[in-house]
Amino acid sequence: MAFVTANWNPLGEAFYRCHRKIELYVMGWNLKEGLKDCLIAAAPYGGPIALLKGHQKRSPTARPQLEIYSASGSLLASFLWKSGTVVALGWTVSDDLLCVQEDGSVLLYDLFGDFKRHFSMGNEVLQNHVIEAKVFHSPYGTGVAILTGAFRFTLATNIDDLKLRRLPEVPGLQGAPSCWAVLTQDRQTKVLLASGSDLYILDNTSCTAVTPPGIDPQVSSYIQMAISFSYKYLALFTDAGHVWMGTSNLKEKLSKVDTKVRTPPKQMVWCRRPKSQQPSVVVMWDRLLLVAGECNETIQYHLDDDSILIPELDGVRIINSTHHEMLQEVPGPCEEIFKIASMAPGALLLEAHKEYEKESQKADEYLREIKEQSLLGEAVRQCVEAAGFEHEPETQKTLLRAASFGKCFLSNFPPDLFVSMCRELRVLNAVRDYTVGIPLTHPQYKQMTVQVLIDRLVYRRLYPLAIEVCRYLKIPEYQGVSRVLKHWACNKVQQKEEPDDVIARAVNQKLGDAVGISYSEIAARAYECGRTELAIKLLEFEPRSGEQVPLLLKMKRSQLALSKAIESGDTDLVYTVVTYLKNEMNRGDFFMTLRNQPVALSLYRQFCKHQEQDTLKDLFNQDDDHQELGNFYVRASYREGKLEARLAALQSAVDEYNKAKNEFAAKATEEQMRLLRFQRRMQEEFDRPFMDYSLQETLHSLLMEGRIRPAEQLYKDFRIPDKRYWWLKISALAEKEDWEELEKFSRSKKSPIGYLPFVEICVKHHNKYEAKKYVSKVTPEQKVKAHLAVGDLEGAAEAAIERRSEGEISLVLSHCPPSADRSLVDRLTRARTTASKK
Amino acid sequence: MALSSRRDAPQPPDFSFLKRLARDQLIYLLEQLPGKKDLFIEADLMSPLDRIANVSTLKQHEVDKLYKLENKPIVSTCNQLCFLIRPRIQTVKWIAEIVNTDKAAGRLRGYKIIFCPQKFYACEIVLEEQGVYGDVSTDEWAFYLLPLDDDIISLELPEIFRDNFLEGNQRWITTASKSLHLLNSLYGPFLKVYGIGRSAKMTYDMWRDLVEDGEQKTQQPEIGNVFLIDRDVDFVTPLCSQVVYEGLVDDTFRIKCGSVEFSPEVSSSDKSVKVMLNSQDKVFSEIRNEHFSNVFGFLSQKARNLQTAYDKRCGMDIKQMKNFVSQELKGLKQEHRLLSLHIGASESIMKKKTKQDFQELLKTEHSLLEGFEIRECITYIEEHINRQVSMIDSLRLLCLLSLTENGLLPKDYRSLKAQYLQSYGTEHLLTFANLRQLGLLVEQNPGETLTAMESKVGKLVNDRTAGKLTDAFSSLAKKSNFRALSKKLALVPKSGEEYDLRTPRDMAYIFSGAYIPLSCKLIEQVLERGGWTGLEEVTRLLNGNEFVATGSSEEVKPRSDSQNTILVMFLGGCTYSEISALRFLGKERGYRFIIVTTAITNSARLLEALLDRKT
Repeated sequence: MAFVTANWNPLGEAFYRCHRKIELYVMGWNLKEGLKDCLIAAAPYGGPIALLKGHQKRSPTARPQLEIYSASGSLLASFLWKSGTVVALGWTVSDDLLCVQEDGSVLLYDLFGDFKRHFSMGNEVLQNHVIEAKVFHSPYGTGVAILTGAFRFTLATNIDDLKLRRLPEVPGLQGAPSCWAVLTQDRQTKVLLASGSDLYILDNTSCTAVTPPGIDPQVSSYIQMAISFSYKYLALFTDAGHVWMGTSNLKEKLSKVDTKVRTPPKQMVWCRRPKSQQPSVVVMWDRLLLVAGECNETIQYHLDDDSILIPELDGVRIINSTHHEMLQEVPGPCEEIFKIASMAPGALLLEAHKEYEKESQKADEYLREIKEQSLLGEAVRQCVEAAGFEHEPETQKTLLRAASFGKCFLSNFPPDLFVSMCRELRVLNAVRDYTVGIPLTHPQYKQMTVQVLIDRLVYRRLYPLAIEVCRYLKIPEYQGVSRVLKHWACNKVQQKEEPDDVIARAVNQKLGDAVGISYSEIAARAYECGRTELAIKLLEFEPRSGEQVPLLLKMKRSQLALSKAIESGDTDLVYTVVTYLKNEMNRGDFFMTLRNQPVALSLYRQFCKHQEQDTLKDLFNQDDDHQELGNFYVRASYREGKLEARLAALQSAVDEYNKAKNEFAAKATEEQMRLLRFQRRMQEEFDRPFMDYSLQETLHSLLMEGRIRPAEQLYKDFRIPDKRYWWLKISALAEKEDWEELEKFSRSKKSPIGYLPFVEICVKHHNKYEAKKYVSKVTPEQKVKAHLAVGDLEGAAEAAIERRSEGEISLVLSHCPPSADRSLVDRLTRARTTASKK
Repeated sequence: MALSSRRDAPQPPDFSFLKRLARDQLIYLLEQLPGKKDLFIEADLMSPLDRIANVSTLKQHEVDKLYKLENKPIVSTCNQLCFLIRPRIQTVKWIAEIVNTDKAAGRLRGYKIIFCPQKFYACEIVLEEQGVYGDVSTDEWAFYLLPLDDDIISLELPEIFRDNFLEGNQRWITTASKSLHLLNSLYGPFLKVYGIGRSAKMTYDMWRDLVEDGEQKTQQPEIGNVFLIDRDVDFVTPLCSQVVYEGLVDDTFRIKCGSVEFSPEVSSSDKSVKVMLNSQDKVFSEIRNEHFSNVFGFLSQKARNLQTAYDKRCGMDIKQMKNFVSQELKGLKQEHRLLSLHIGASESIMKKKTKQDFQELLKTEHSLLEGFEIRECITYIEEHINRQVSMIDSLRLLCLLSLTENGLLPKDYRSLKAQYLQSYGTEHLLTFANLRQLGLLVEQNPGETLTAMESKVGKLVNDRTAGKLTDAFSSLAKKSNFRALSKKLALVPKSGEEYDLRTPRDMAYIFSGAYIPLSCKLIEQVLERGGWTGLEEVTRLLNGNEFVATGSSEEVKPRSDSQNTILVMFLGGCTYSEISALRFLGKERGYRFIIVTTAITNSARLLEALLDRKT
């Protein structure tokens, strides 16, 4: 504890700001030749390190060796480089290694050295070669910038959505720029380059010469430049050994420092924390590391070995062949607490806790001092925050214990801060562990989010740890454990040596029915690896059949896809498959497939009804569904305007009905044809429309017009039942009020419908006089009704009493108005009593 | 029903929220299309839309003019056209026509189609095939549920009946399950779900998937139990003539989207009057569930009460009078207006229905239900057809005959069909084909014994892959078995007993005491037993597909209120009579039924949906 400040170095005096250098790891690798002559790329956020050894030897026998290490130096992959000359290495945001080759092609490998894909930075590069390349990160993803032999720049801002942009030429540029960098500003990616004493900004369309404010006019050339992690700040190293620091939009100068070293530095990077007001830049020469800030003072470190600098969000990592260190500005809370003789509340609380452990009464004095200023809450907060910035678990614990101690004297201090810090530190310590080798700081972790951290663990195939982290941080299954398991399974299916069922079983055992697991995604991965059978096996585990469909279609298992789509009950999905099949298969096969799937068939039929009538016919034909074909032709006949066409359609319908052995329908259709022909004849003869009337309507209108002969003919030809004919005729005659004819007709022969209808029809047309004529002819059962119809109560009563029917007597009674003859009512009532007694 | 067992039915949940949700969504969609636009609305969406947002709301969101979408060229000068339609291929083709006409004339406009309640892939294919896919943007207005009343929610999608049951097109199942999901998330979680019918089962399964995919909430449920039922489980009930007031009004005047238009002769004024029919209407709410024979009594009593209320004026002092005018008079006036309308409607119904014809029609229906004097019924139907009394009514009687008798004898089948064709035209050949397919009007097949066929089909139904065969046999399986069911469930009370329609003793009152609706009886039985146990024979006769499932959240301690609030979802429509029957059942047993239906139906709508029209 006493040595916390041992690695602190003050930078300047005016602002008492310290920098500290923390040892992260003793590297586990064993590099015989150190980092000399290696092409190196280390990913930010404690990412992996890639080394390409001996890439400058151009003999065909000695191929360079590509090695990938974790940040703690344990080997992840190693293989001989067999492709072209590599110009630059870099890491993507998802931990893939990018190797930019001289010919402009970029190769993508995963963490374990498995080739993933490649892409090209354009044809123009083929002749001119890439002379320099930089991999950069922006909000849009990982980008690549190259400088060609023709001194032109080409950019790709996102390698996952590759769009190459060739930047405009720099006028008068004869040689390679002395230094350049990629900038992201105003949602645009630009290149800043220096050629001698000139600085240019290249954007999509133009090349602009710029001058940094307050720069020494005597500068003859810029040797090195550095853009900060956030793209906000720019540092320039001039040939005079000066470092200019300012904002990257070149509007403001922050400071200028004379390093007193004139040799070109090997590397220069920014070293600053978010929200820190003080800029500082780290410059590295062969054996010297120099930190330059706002004042003229610098901190100098001696370097024993070749090193590289990796800029981070909140500092710089320094890696050499044996060690891995972190250089950063001492974070505020740490400084407050550990600064010599600090009286900050956090420092006092730490002291109080120390005394308390020693069981000394001084503890109380310290506490009192803080409480008197009512700064205890602040003290606890300082300790918790400081713990987050400390790398050593021991220091973290001491600070957290002090915080916990202080909390006891506060009644309403919100616990979240303390609790989440403890949890997060536990996770961070776990991933910082040597075996994992992700030296994340707390601010980095916050910036990167836990989701990304889990992704990183997954990329390293550290599945158990990832699951532990998810469970420990109580991340919802869906985003946490399930996602890890899915990655595990996707990795598992790529293991070519294991047989399909073993893998399928293993995957299912581990995943079970975990929430949010999509077996179809895993199956898709298996299919991508060429394991179709495995993919189908895995799809079987997918509970939502809808999810299985797209992949099945992709694998050309269309039949299976169709049944799965139907199972899902999602008709849109069924429809998608049907449309797909329609285009993929020949018509015969397509129909056969549909035939086995009634749900799909009926869907398709309904669509055809509106869109493709002929297809519908073909469908029925294919099925030998003559009944439906018959119906189809009948329907088609309605659409035909000309009689001939209609008759032809109906004839086809008759044929089909006959084939379907539906005699009834065949006969009905034939009759319809006959009727149509008859109607046409009538139409021509009487010059009025008859078409499309039903048989009954035709007959009715003929009768209404008094065209008895054709009516009789129709009656005979179509074997209209007598009853119907009589009904029709009497209603037509009554409607015409042709009472004479009606009476004649009633006498023509015995009415098959009886005579009550005659009575009723006359009454309906308000002719009671005529109606009465028929009452006598009515059968005894209907007499009462007939009398009532003509309003003859007496007669009705007479008839009812005669028939001694209780129901009928009551009926008559119910028709008696209050004004009715008393004696009649009495008679009826009496008769009813007698009838009911019986 | 012992009075002591009665509990008070819980109040229905507040469904006005559904309307607000739909309106906000519509406004959001309209705002997605900034600037002035003309709105074209599909004809049958106009009434539902009217219930959600009025014209001024639409105007507020820059809708310039409103048109009904028809198959004809449009006259609009607006640069943005917005179409609010049902996802129908036909309508989409009309729109494609409009776009193509504009293109040919070199006119540039923006087009947006809003599908309600959801979009179907087939519609997009049509847009693509007509070459306008790129010119039109599409969206969905997830307006599934329209509350028609405190206890009735309708999807207003009558086409579901034909699509689903006749054409075998299952696309609407998604719609039904999404509606159920919406209700579950707003008023659930449901504790127990019962159901019967193939579509009911599919709807349930799909809804479960939706629930599992979404996040689980633990709130106090307002609706505890759900009953899903397919229309094809019970075709008899909707085919009977309705004699309860609300049903009669629907049969006679056609209630549309919860409101009815009374013609001048009914309203006894010089123009038609549109009246909303719901529980807000004080007069209507008292008579809606009454058998028609009681309605006049109620109305005259009401008229007397009203008169007394008016008469209070006499002998009032100034202050009382002021009070009366400011507080009561308006209500009384309103009530007076409604009363005269309903009296007018009743008279008009009376005129139509108390004729001898109607009495005989009812008698025939009752005979059919009882299975009594079938020959006479057939003669009656024959005469009905011959005299061309009514195309739909004749068809209805034929179907009732077939359903209750398990099909017609071949001889009758042919002769009745032939006569029908002569009366109403040969195009009904197609109608008969449809009716046969649905099992509504079939021929008895003397060669096969029913049970042998059934066991065969039963086996096939179990096998999922045998879908094709199932379908092939389904027309055979669609035997209605009405007689057996009627006996098992005692649907037809013993004839000869007097039935007092003033104080009904069971749900049969909605059919003058002649028949307890099968659908409602099933619901009653299942709720009473808490499942299907003991009803095995019944479900076998109904072709199975029954299920019962407990909801996911057992840990929620349900209030007794929600236990007694039961959502009944009819897939394929339900009638007002059924709703009345369920209201009666609810009153008896202390349940509150919430009816969700794909549409309100009646015999005419049901049969009209099965016609194949010439167009």
